[in-house]
Amino acid sequence: MQVLYFAWVRERIGVPREDVETSAATVNDLVAELRAREERYEAAFADTSALRVALDQELAEFDAPLAGVREVAFFPPMTGG
Amino acid sequence: MIRVQDIPFDAGTELNSFSSRVAGSGAVVSFTGLVRDVSGGLSVMEIEHYPVMTEKALGKIRDDAMARWNLADALVIHRYGRLEAGEVIMMVATASRHRKHAFEAAEFLMDYLKSRAPFWKKEVTEDGAEWVASKDDDEDALKRW
Repeated sequence: MQVLYFAWVRERIGVPREDVETSAATVNDLVAELRAREERYEAAFADTSALRVALDQELAEFDAPLAGVREVAFFPPMTGG
Repeated sequence: MIRVQDIPFDAGTELNSFSSRVAGSGAVVSFTGLVRDVSGGLSVMEIEHYPVMTEKALGKIRDDAMARWNLADALVIHRYGRLEAGEVIMMVATASRHRKHAFEAAEFLMDYLKSRAPFWKKEVTEDGAEWVASKDDDEDALKRW
């Protein structure tokens, strides 16, 4: 699936998007897989309460299932307006 | 109408154009957000967004406002990219036969835009660059709706 990062999450991980091969059942499982990869992921995902997630461009919770999802995006709370 | 763009726009021109399209309404309310001019320091705002989700989120927020209040139309324009101090970041405008509807809907649009539309602001000053943090107030503001 495509995993996208925005704002300081993108800066910490160092790429705006990447293709991730995963069998993670939920967002939390995917986060655990990413954190185990490298220090830069650990730095970005250290505190998931400071993060938001969107599944196929809709806001979701971290315990949401990933079945059928094509695009996961991680980002800090939004600051529009 | 929803517009997400990197090019500058003139809020006055947009408001006049919007008003002329809803001339039967009688009440138009608008809000314009500008890049704050931080005293003494060079101030630039870099705005990142999530294409596709941005349009979806703004469309839904606008649809919700149109369903909830008696509006003839609602306009949202939001910029992304690099903006200088004093430039217009975004505007909303609402039109209704009823002043109260136009005011409330404009506030609703602003409250939801702040924390439900995928934009992230980075402030660049002489001291460096920093992502603007969201405020608890922004989230609390949604509770009244």
